[in-house]
Amino acid sequence: MPRETIRKEAAPPVTPHLTDYEQARSDFTWSQARGALAGLPGGGLNIAYEAVDRHTGQGRADKPALRCVSRDDTVSTVTYGELARRTSRFANVLRSLGVGRGDRVFTLLGRCPELYTVVLGTLKNAGVLCPLFPAFGPDPVEQRLRLGDAKVLVTTATLYHRKVAERRRSLTGLEHVVIVGPGAADLPGTVSFDELMSAAPDTFTIPPTAPEDMALVHFTSGTTGTPKGAVHVHEAVVAHYATAAYALDLHPEDVYWCTADPGWVTGMSYGVIAPLVHGVTVVVDEGDYEARRWYRILGEQKVTVWYTAPTALRMLMRVTPREGPYDLPRSYDLSALRFIASVGEPLNPEAVVWGRDVLGLPVHDNWWQTETGCIMIANFAGCDIRVGSMGRPLPGIEAAVLRQGEDGRALVVDGKVREVESHDVSGELALRPGWPSMFRGYLHDKERYEAAFADGWYLTGDLVRRDADGWYWFVGRADDVIKSAGHLIGPFEVESALMEHAAVAEAGVIGRPDPVAGNVVKAFVSLRPGIEPSAELERELLAFARRRLGPAVAPREIAFDENLPRTRSGKVMRRLLRARELGLPVGDLSTLEGSA
Amino acid sequence: MNRTEALDAVKESIAQAVPDADLAGLGLDDPFRDALEMDSLDFLGFIEILSERTGVRIDDEDTPRLTTLSGSADLLVARTE
Repeated sequence: MPRETIRKEAAPPVTPHLTDYEQARSDFTWSQARGALAGLPGGGLNIAYEAVDRHTGQGRADKPALRCVSRDDTVSTVTYGELARRTSRFANVLRSLGVGRGDRVFTLLGRCPELYTVVLGTLKNAGVLCPLFPAFGPDPVEQRLRLGDAKVLVTTATLYHRKVAERRRSLTGLEHVVIVGPGAADLPGTVSFDELMSAAPDTFTIPPTAPEDMALVHFTSGTTGTPKGAVHVHEAVVAHYATAAYALDLHPEDVYWCTADPGWVTGMSYGVIAPLVHGVTVVVDEGDYEARRWYRILGEQKVTVWYTAPTALRMLMRVTPREGPYDLPRSYDLSALRFIASVGEPLNPEAVVWGRDVLGLPVHDNWWQTETGCIMIANFAGCDIRVGSMGRPLPGIEAAVLRQGEDGRALVVDGKVREVESHDVSGELALRPGWPSMFRGYLHDKERYEAAFADGWYLTGDLVRRDADGWYWFVGRADDVIKSAGHLIGPFEVESALMEHAAVAEAGVIGRPDPVAGNVVKAFVSLRPGIEPSAELERELLAFARRRLGPAVAPREIAFDENLPRTRSGKVMRRLLRARELGLPVGDLSTLEGSA
Repeated sequence: MNRTEALDAVKESIAQAVPDADLAGLGLDDPFRDALEMDSLDFLGFIEILSERTGVRIDDEDTPRLTTLSGSADLLVARTE
């Protein structure tokens, strides 16, 4: 396979944090990285202190922390000082509600300034923050609130009305619903964010939090069963800070825009926490993707570092192709931009090169997942890019490629795994635990947590190859989890929703490759006896699933199939559905029903 | 294309892109993207369907006009005059 390498200039305008990869790896220690942070004045470590209060004490109170672009394009600025006062107010609000240490506070909010207040205020109060993606439907929202033992939900009147109100009574542990914006007065059982905030004092002393105290829960999806709540602790901030220096090359003077929604781990770790800990100015866009809007924001806000996703880049590539014309990007002054990174799904080589030609900067792919809590493998600002590669492990991160067993996952024999010894041979990507933002468990699910490790390695579920020089190349998933528009979708969750429809006997859900989204969710459905497939029923099922699951999770395509392939134990074989869909060889079918 | 035809084309395209769309409850001047919870992929799908159905070329430049039913219908009428 031809591998293009993009070389970097010897003396870029801003000297990258990492220029000599080998040196950086050999010099790095996590305890040194910890030393870059302040720690709580009375001892302990708290993410919100590092992200906000520390700056105000170091003369940066007047520096813009957030630059919020609203839907109607008005721009408001929140300084670090103001953010410190707002988050203290919210911490006091929580305290006044009787919400304290370890209590779970959920957000179901758009990218509004209040989201930052709630996230950081909760962490100040030693609570645990669980963000939800607003494009989830009522089913995923309810399930996560339940699994996460939500005590407080902060949302808007519209989102509450659409996704929570009807199910509120069954969520007995949910004591408080706080409504941002208007509408609380008309919604029984809710309180107004603004009213609570105006009554709360704007100073707050953060109680001691230990590095190992739970801080965040991010829900992610597996192949089977319910979503998993990955637990992260305050110490994660050490990794957020260090990796944002290496992989995003953040410098204090940067204006930084992460386009990921804070309802997902990227939007939280690198849209909220890491940039604020670095003391940079964070651009927050409340609006939806639109090519012109995005170019305008990059230009008008003088964004210097931009962290986005392949789906977004591919949408931009459609509107402003590499072949030109470049009228749209050139109608804005993008000269401040100096570094672009992407995450969420593999970045196709075309997108890397598109960035170089259209924006004047190549796109740097990197890789990590909810469980790792921070970037693990990256193309660095100060190093050449191998186009199409996810890059090399960060300082402090040890990665390996493990031999696969029959089920596609790492082969474990007598508790031992084996590394793939040759280069360019695919296997499961594994990581040596020990970095600070490593997840500490799945909520209420010790068994699945333990199953994620073997022989001293964390098994990622992603298949990769490593080339002779140590660069990693993404190959695919080792399981049935679907990556669509950068979001992980559990097929089981989608199948379960479809099977609640009276016409559906069984469902198998896969990702169908899509030029923009990477994959889109496609469901194969068999119907109950006596029910005939029709275009009408297809629409009805699509609508049914979408009402329950929301646009982020619902299938976009349904195919009727009366003979879904099943294993002997009766489970729908998604692997085979996928092979059929792609016209691939179906492989070993010895476990298939009726084949032996 | 007259305005009624244009409006029908817009509604049908939305219904196809967003299967659970409640168009009955949607006013002509309501911003539909938010009301119907259309994400970027839905919106992209809507534009493709609308363009295919009507034969009208729709560019990214036009998307600011495609926020309401009436705005979208007006665009189609203007383009087919």
